[in-house]
Amino acid sequence: MSTYSRDARAALRAAGFSRRDFLKTSGILIVGFSAGGVTLRTQGRQGAPSQRPAAGTLDSWIAIGADGRVTAYTGKCELGQGMQTAQTQLIAEELSVPVSRVRVVQCDTALCPDQGTTSGSQSHPTNFNERNLAQAGATAREALIHLASTRLGVAAAELTVADGVVSVTRDRSKNVSYGDLVGGRKFDVPLNPRAERKPTNAWKVLGTSVPRVDMPAMATGTLEYVHNVHVPGMLHGAVVRPPEVGATLVNVDQQSVASLPGVVKVIVKSNFVGVVAEKPWQAIQAASKLKATWTPGAGLPDHDRFYEHLKSQPSRDSFVVNSGDVDQKLQAAATTIKATYFHPYQMHGSMGSSCAVADVKDGRATIWSSSQAVFGVKSAAADLLGLKPEDVHVIFTRGSGCYGINGADTVSYDAALMSQAVGRPVRVQLSRKDEMAWENYGFAYVIEERAGLDAAGNIVAWDHESWSPSLGGRPGYNQPGNVVTGMLAGYPAASVSPSAPSSGPSRPNAFNNGANAAPSYVTGRVGSAAGGTGTVASERVLTHTIRSPFFTGPLRSPSRLQNTFAHESFIDEIAARVKVDSVAYRLRHIHDARLKEVVSAAAKAANWQTRPSPRPNISKTGIASGRGVSCCLYEGDNGYCALVAEVDVDQATGRIIVKRFVSSQDCGPISTPDGMKNQIEGGALQGLSRALGEEVTWDEKKVTSVDWRTYHSLTMGAEVPAIESVLINRSGVEATGAGETTITLVGSAVANAIFDATGARIRQVPLTPERVKAALAAR
Amino acid sequence: MAITLKVNGRAHTVDVDPATPLLYVLSDDLALRGPKFGCGLGQCGACTVIARGRAIRSCVTPVSTVEGAEITTLEGLGTSENPHPLQRAFIDEQAAQCGFCLSGVVLTAKAFLDQNPKASDSEIRQAMSGVLCRCFVHTRMMRAIAKYRDGGAR
Repeated sequence: MSTYSRDARAALRAAGFSRRDFLKTSGILIVGFSAGGVTLRTQGRQGAPSQRPAAGTLDSWIAIGADGRVTAYTGKCELGQGMQTAQTQLIAEELSVPVSRVRVVQCDTALCPDQGTTSGSQSHPTNFNERNLAQAGATAREALIHLASTRLGVAAAELTVADGVVSVTRDRSKNVSYGDLVGGRKFDVPLNPRAERKPTNAWKVLGTSVPRVDMPAMATGTLEYVHNVHVPGMLHGAVVRPPEVGATLVNVDQQSVASLPGVVKVIVKSNFVGVVAEKPWQAIQAASKLKATWTPGAGLPDHDRFYEHLKSQPSRDSFVVNSGDVDQKLQAAATTIKATYFHPYQMHGSMGSSCAVADVKDGRATIWSSSQAVFGVKSAAADLLGLKPEDVHVIFTRGSGCYGINGADTVSYDAALMSQAVGRPVRVQLSRKDEMAWENYGFAYVIEERAGLDAAGNIVAWDHESWSPSLGGRPGYNQPGNVVTGMLAGYPAASVSPSAPSSGPSRPNAFNNGANAAPSYVTGRVGSAAGGTGTVASERVLTHTIRSPFFTGPLRSPSRLQNTFAHESFIDEIAARVKVDSVAYRLRHIHDARLKEVVSAAAKAANWQTRPSPRPNISKTGIASGRGVSCCLYEGDNGYCALVAEVDVDQATGRIIVKRFVSSQDCGPISTPDGMKNQIEGGALQGLSRALGEEVTWDEKKVTSVDWRTYHSLTMGAEVPAIESVLINRSGVEATGAGETTITLVGSAVANAIFDATGARIRQVPLTPERVKAALAAR
Repeated sequence: MAITLKVNGRAHTVDVDPATPLLYVLSDDLALRGPKFGCGLGQCGACTVIARGRAIRSCVTPVSTVEGAEITTLEGLGTSENPHPLQRAFIDEQAAQCGFCLSGVVLTAKAFLDQNPKASDSEIRQAMSGVLCRCFVHTRMMRAIAKYRDGGAR
């Protein structure tokens, strides 16, 4: 059933109906054509991209068919995080219909509102509070009751809504269904910002663990991913990327593949090279045999001295906070503590190498893409193709989990360029190496932390300084050069212009914790307001951004994870120095009640024993056991979380076995408890994989971590910990993100547990056996 | 060259280069959605199918080597309406996020448990050591597999 809505849309397109037509007559169409989906779709995909109803109208979000089925249009898509199910619940709840009667159409640029990128743990904040999809649901409910009131001649207050039917409360025999009220027609009302959402205590669908609507299709191999899109006449493309970073194209010998079976065309656009063939295997063979000559690469900084390199480069500098008195307070402090932390570039490393299908001809383009930013692809691909954005139609189609920006955007451009060149639909599947050698890596970091303590061991000043490389990123609407294909085709990548910081915060109007660059323990004072969660008033957070030799981009908890690894390791180092329990010491420097509560909840659930770290009576041989804690308020306003890790350290081999994770989380009112747990569990283990083994590597010329032998992910064979989740369900506050919270804490919680077990502190990710052994030897 | 494959109980004759990896024939010529391209190197499991009772990596298996063999893909195991008990266990445990890895996880476990129905958790883990899930749904997946082994999912 999960492909129903796609097929329905396809049928509409096939029949030449626009969304506007659909809204006039939807009930009939959506039912009538859904069964014939595939055939109809493929015939009609070149239909003119239709006009969406004006933003701000209810009709741009919700349509009700004559049969009472509800279709919701959203700009936030399913990435594997459960957003399709949660949004289905939201609409079912607000409209009092069963989940099975709701279809959510996600991120089709011809049908759905542009809600920017599905990223940054923003889907819940955007669509589940008082705006957008939630507001549309509430407006629809209000409008339906209003229509029913008129139709039944009864005041709205005397009506009851259940199961898609509005009834007179005292006499249920007097009723009218949604289908009868509005089915197949437009609402023609604006979104009402004052429409009342159902209170959380009246929730029947939200707040319950509705099973993922896509789970049966996923488990039985029938869900359509973008990798499965077939278009009649479709050819297959493969890309030929430069052999070294910074290499440019000298020459392509087209004849080198001319005699290979199935080869249709070699495509060259500036430094972009691709081969199109009849069959996928033919395209792959031809790409590997194509003779292309490239200039030597630009050369890469020495991997083993990269962190020193970072600190020596010109940088763009900015203050997140600067109270102006940090040097003075540090000087006057009874004790000062300093430590430096290192985090490598890491990959999104999607399970599936990215894929897209494009059909570009007659001045129009249709692109099937798993991009998190379909409206960005629409606009940026139009630029690349020399088309008008309104002539480009991007259809979101499920992809492999991406965790940030994988190759979905770049491969959409690959497919578009190749399709335009051959005038036929082209499907492009990246190779594993294409994906891994050129993706937009998560940021490397060097972070220096300094703190001043008073005689009682309280923190009186916190000084944070970081160095991080950046190049490219999400392409947005107009920067295709932010990913590799756009750059190869001649577009510039967003880069870094070195600049000195102004003396105050870069955002002078309100505190923003700068991707968790500001630790939880400072006041976050900007102007007269203190927006942070902590008590330390003397605070300085200075960031340096350097031009990266590789593309970078948001990787699940971008910068937040790296900064938090440093902060939460450092607070532990301070607590150990003053011989205070790690939980108690944190609580002493936090004033935010919700952050305190998640820390206490995790500690309680983990049966945390109050004592300083490291544990007493450590033996320097054998298996050592310890526990560590970590916490943060994600992004300063987007999810409270704490994590306790219990680890065993094999002191002979340096091997870390995490035995148990206990996570606590407060993300406001919880839509789907089991979905949230799934995110916590996946985040905990993805965080563990990143903490223990993942690191991008390179030689003098090129990236060398290009497959699963050279980039080290935990496999299904790994011994993984039990994960317990404490969900704090809080009503009366805004819903916040839940997908990037737990992962943010894993590296620091594990490093703190290693310290607790052994007395050895590791300040560099990944926490490899070699680093563990070196730290143990240095005790 | 014409090659006849028996996939999910049906015979298909395709005209392909015999060196073509099985995956491309299944996903392109036969338009099956279960086996997926993950790495093309036999390193991740996304392309897994069962042939001659064994879980194999279709991305590195020349199609000519499985001519005549009974091949089962993830969609050949069961349907949404009537899933195989192992698939049922995955649905019951909500053991997926993006779902891209499921051919590797489900079919590797299925083939292993067919041979070793009483395998311990650690033996199952050993058997799964070449399979990746990058959403890291490990704990739910292992729970689903154990539930199926124990006869809890029917």
